Amino acid sequence: MTTTAPPKGTPERRTAPRPKQQRSGGGYVLTVAMLAVLAYFLLPLFWLLVSSTKTTGDLFSTFGLWFGGEFNLFDNIGRTLTEQDGVFVRWLGNTLLYAVTAAGGGALLAALGGYGFAKYRFKGNRAMFMLVLGALMVPATALAIPTYLVFSEIGLANTPWAIILPSLAHPFGLYLMRIYTESAVPDTMIEAARIDGAGEMRIFFQVTLRLLAPGFATVLLFTLVQTWNNYFLPLIMLNDPDLYPITVGLAQWQAQAAASGGASGDLVPLVVTGALLSILPLIVAFLFLQRYWQTGLAAGSVKQ
Amino acid sequence: MATTTSETQAPGARPGTARGRESKRYAAAGYAFIAPFMIVFTAMILVPLAYAAYTSLFREQIIGGSVFVGFENYSRAFTDPQLLEGIGRVALFFLIQVPIMLAVALFIALALDSGLMRLSKFVRIGVFMPYAVPSVVAALMWGFLYGPDFGPFAQLAEMIGAAAPDFLASNVMLGSLANIVFWEFTGYNMVILYAALRSVPTELYEAAAVDGAGPWRTAWSIKIPSLRPALMLCMVFSIIGSFQLFNEPKLLQALAPNVIDNAYTPNLYAYNLAFVGQEYNYAAAVSFILGLVIFVGSYLFMYLSTRRSRS
Repeated sequence: MTTTAPPKGTPERRTAPRPKQQRSGGGYVLTVAMLAVLAYFLLPLFWLLVSSTKTTGDLFSTFGLWFGGEFNLFDNIGRTLTEQDGVFVRWLGNTLLYAVTAAGGGALLAALGGYGFAKYRFKGNRAMFMLVLGALMVPATALAIPTYLVFSEIGLANTPWAIILPSLAHPFGLYLMRIYTESAVPDTMIEAARIDGAGEMRIFFQVTLRLLAPGFATVLLFTLVQTWNNYFLPLIMLNDPDLYPITVGLAQWQAQAAASGGASGDLVPLVVTGALLSILPLIVAFLFLQRYWQTGLAAGSVKQ
Repeated sequence: MATTTSETQAPGARPGTARGRESKRYAAAGYAFIAPFMIVFTAMILVPLAYAAYTSLFREQIIGGSVFVGFENYSRAFTDPQLLEGIGRVALFFLIQVPIMLAVALFIALALDSGLMRLSKFVRIGVFMPYAVPSVVAALMWGFLYGPDFGPFAQLAEMIGAAAPDFLASNVMLGSLANIVFWEFTGYNMVILYAALRSVPTELYEAAAVDGAGPWRTAWSIKIPSLRPALMLCMVFSIIGSFQLFNEPKLLQALAPNVIDNAYTPNLYAYNLAFVGQEYNYAAAVSFILGLVIFVGSYLFMYLSTRRSRS
């Protein structure tokens, strides 16, 4: 395979960088206004960080937006991880399992399908693609109860499959991979590979998948976050606390803490620290993989 | 799967006219590529929808089990005051929350794109960050922040000797929920709009600058009109999100059980019908209606907005 230039088709890179404009007085006003906006968006996260360093007593008695007398973070973490025989660790593990399987499988299905829809002409191509697009509008939560009914009918409710399988079908992922394939994989490259005698599957796995990597990573990331954050589906599918993902587990702790009011104030630091621990991996992934978020959202909005 | 394409031909001898026959030969491979997705899609989306539609036509009875009742569940739903009230509530939520959220998201995106401000990368990341936070955790944090016990707002009010604001009272609850959703999704919408702004061809700005347009004029006359498709996408996502509101009210319900009842939003109602009342058939009908409302709403919105832009 020769002669094909690497594609430069990602939506982001299509335009030249903006010329920097002169910063004027208005610029400073704008900067200050935006920093105020930023403060609002970071406030709850800052509160969470501060609160998870406090003892139960300090949590109730000291000002919420600043550190208390004692630095109790590691003690809180220890208690969170060991409460109820380490059920929190189990929830975290479940979330990881569900999210990684669903994201890996979902992204692969989306990549295969998107490539199929983008690069092959066959009967029903358009109709089936429109069907998938139509499903974009079907709200996930309105689907959850019907999905539960089906799963309980076939005896798969209250198993990990009940969380993983529904998360594999990701219409937005397919849509994204289709438009990404169109811009990133030149037809000439596929034809050249065919001339070289490569089979269709081999072309996909050895030639095009590499070109699709940024789009693939985007879909992977979105599915990962969606499954990680999923609450409604596991809430209705699972009865067994040992199968809960972190969201359902935390919500249950929070409900217990709220129901018994001040009496079980001891549970509150666990909820707070648990919340912090559960979002850290996502925030880290998010900061390091920013480029992919932006690509995905850009592709979704620009190429309507 | 067509894995036998070993005939060799000179690269030059592959004219475009052969494409039609060519592509037909590879159709089988095309089906093979889309098959895994389409199977899962059918099993996980189409089958549940069809099954829900079917189930919603029955009623569970103590004597006689499942009985076919036609559209009885639907006629019940359309006159169910609890469901209608819930739909009205999320519609109100949509009408108030979404315009504010999109306006702020648009403003931030324009500010970031203007090149006038410092620290823009930092602001962009910070504003988008809440999107990575699960809605359960978001609702949980704001629930504590709103709280009368050790919420900082109550503490501040106490410090200056004022009465602690009750963010969980029935008359402000919808606003408190709107704030949580605003916090979660403004950054997401902002990034969509910002990405769309970055793809506006630079020549347009250069032309505007030559014509003497300042940054505000450029924003109003060039940037906002070119954001139309992106704004539409945000709007459709917001319709979907608002009408299926569930996680935030479900979490706050633990803090204010008297304010958020079991039918506060249609989704909460469907959930409680199914899992508290065991009325699966009726819950399926309610889910179906809710899905239909969202589906029709999104399509209607897209239809109307594309039609208006043509005329």
